[in-house]
Amino acid sequence: MRIQRVLAIVKKEAKKTVRDPAVLFMVFLFPVVFILAFSTFFGGAGGEQPVYEVGVVNMDDGNSSQTLLTLLSKTGLLNPKLYGDNKTAQDDLSQGKVKAVIIIPSDFSLSLASYNAAPGEPGRWVNTTIALYLDKGSLVAIQAVSPILQQALATVAGRESQAPLSPFRVEVASLVEVKTLSAFEFMAPGMFTFASIYILMMVAQAFIQDRENGMLKRIRTTPITPVEFMTGQVFSYMLMALVQAALVFATIYLLGFRPNVGLATYLFAFTILMVFSLSNVGFGLIAATLAKSPGAATGFSFLFLLPQLFLGTFVGMSFSQTAQIAGKFVPSFYVTNALSSLFLRGASILSPAILLDLAVVCVFSGAVLTIGIFLYAKYFRI
Amino acid sequence: MVEPGIVMERLVKKYEDVTAVDDLSLRVARGELFGLLGPNGAGKTTTINILCGLVKPTSGFVSVYGFDVQAEPWKVKQLIGVCTQETAVYGYLTGLENVELFGSLYAMQGDVLKARRKTLLEKMGLDKDAEKRVEKYSGGMRRRLSLILALVHDPQVVFLDEPTVGMDPQSRRAVWGFIRGLKAEGKTVILTTHYMEEAEELCDRVGIIDHGRLIALGSPRELVSDGEVGSLEELFIKLTGRRIREEA
Repeated sequence: MRIQRVLAIVKKEAKKTVRDPAVLFMVFLFPVVFILAFSTFFGGAGGEQPVYEVGVVNMDDGNSSQTLLTLLSKTGLLNPKLYGDNKTAQDDLSQGKVKAVIIIPSDFSLSLASYNAAPGEPGRWVNTTIALYLDKGSLVAIQAVSPILQQALATVAGRESQAPLSPFRVEVASLVEVKTLSAFEFMAPGMFTFASIYILMMVAQAFIQDRENGMLKRIRTTPITPVEFMTGQVFSYMLMALVQAALVFATIYLLGFRPNVGLATYLFAFTILMVFSLSNVGFGLIAATLAKSPGAATGFSFLFLLPQLFLGTFVGMSFSQTAQIAGKFVPSFYVTNALSSLFLRGASILSPAILLDLAVVCVFSGAVLTIGIFLYAKYFRI
Repeated sequence: MVEPGIVMERLVKKYEDVTAVDDLSLRVARGELFGLLGPNGAGKTTTINILCGLVKPTSGFVSVYGFDVQAEPWKVKQLIGVCTQETAVYGYLTGLENVELFGSLYAMQGDVLKARRKTLLEKMGLDKDAEKRVEKYSGGMRRRLSLILALVHDPQVVFLDEPTVGMDPQSRRAVWGFIRGLKAEGKTVILTTHYMEEAEELCDRVGIIDHGRLIALGSPRELVSDGEVGSLEELFIKLTGRRIREEA
């Protein structure tokens, strides 16, 4: 493989990106404008809530804690998952596997018994604290888990509503700073993914245009090999994704998203976005294979763009559980999930959940790119 | 014996029910300016595409300067320069950048490329507009740039597919002069055209093809003389019963 040829293609694509107003708008300006508008007008949008998993570390041997867990399940919003120790539960919380961790203290049943024995005499109660660790990356966790838990505790205590006095105190004991995130901050990780998706439309249109005006045919009369040509193209789009991610980051930084993470986390975020751009090149090639004209390419691009947009970015963050399950079949879901874990939950880049997300994105992107190249080469030759 | 530059043996190309090239056998000598004539749809472009390695023949054998086009396409692509029928140039690049891009695709080194691009741009009268983006070029300028892209690496074999189509008579004459220059440099040139006067003016030999078959082969003078006609156009009418540009 001759680097000179690969670089010639990269240089050509870079000039096209800078000089073609349509490309400039679609790849760089449109995502930024959309993010600004969307975050301004719909930043607080919600939707039907799915069932969320919450971790429970039950240190109480009595029956009352079991009653509490049953009540939490019956809410239809939370699904308690039992852990043997706090550390394991915290690990899963940091990786986004559960939305919250509830620590039921060893004296919970004793406390309830003391309350039932003398409901009107607070001095005789055994007071206790239920610690609650929340996922900072989940709007539901922060806004809903604590009230649901309070309600369940009130029911356990035999009251229909939360009374001002009870032996139970729920304490938010998140290991990281206790801060309520804005809806915009919840959306921020998905915005990176959102912007990157539009590259697929550019790829589809570029290949169709070059096919229509005879440029691909002309390129094929030169000694450049298909591997050199595709390497140049793919590298160009990865660079485009990198610049785009930097631009989106600058935009959302100016809008107030300033996660407290290190350089390694940013590098990881940019890396996963560049890997993700490979799947968009693949989808773009598939769209270019199906389409006969640039207009049709735009239409076919939306077939791949919309599911990724609605199921895998901030646009779909409040969708139903069905939509969340469907999201697992689009690569953008894993990118957003990894970025949310990194930026909002403070997960380590080496944590198993993050590495799993990266692995899925790598496999997905590699497969889609391979299929895209194969299909395009089969019907049109590269 | 003259060493053959291009060899086509029993070449066939079928597209479903259509036979674009039908049992075509030809030999073109090195340094020869050979014209492939015929109406639109006769199979000229398909033949050129097979010679360039762009299209795989259904059957038959093709070689360029001794290299089997199917087995050694990368060696053939180093030798050939192709000016496609479409004026394929990048509009968002300048003329100079287009030339540099194609020079890089042929792995030309900096100084060589620089000298070559200067010569060609001057020869084609594009040196003053070289820094302009091609989207601002006229149709004739684009066509000339397209020729430069085919020749930037100084190929030994040049395929010119309808290089003067749509040009005004003055530009056409200028391109004819350029093509004669290629022959003078010793290059093997295959020119496809449906302008008979172009072939008569330029070519050492011509092959007339119709419906993919070779129906006449020889120098323009021989063909006209042997056919007892006044021109290649008349010969075509005599052989096929129709005018060459009726289907154009």
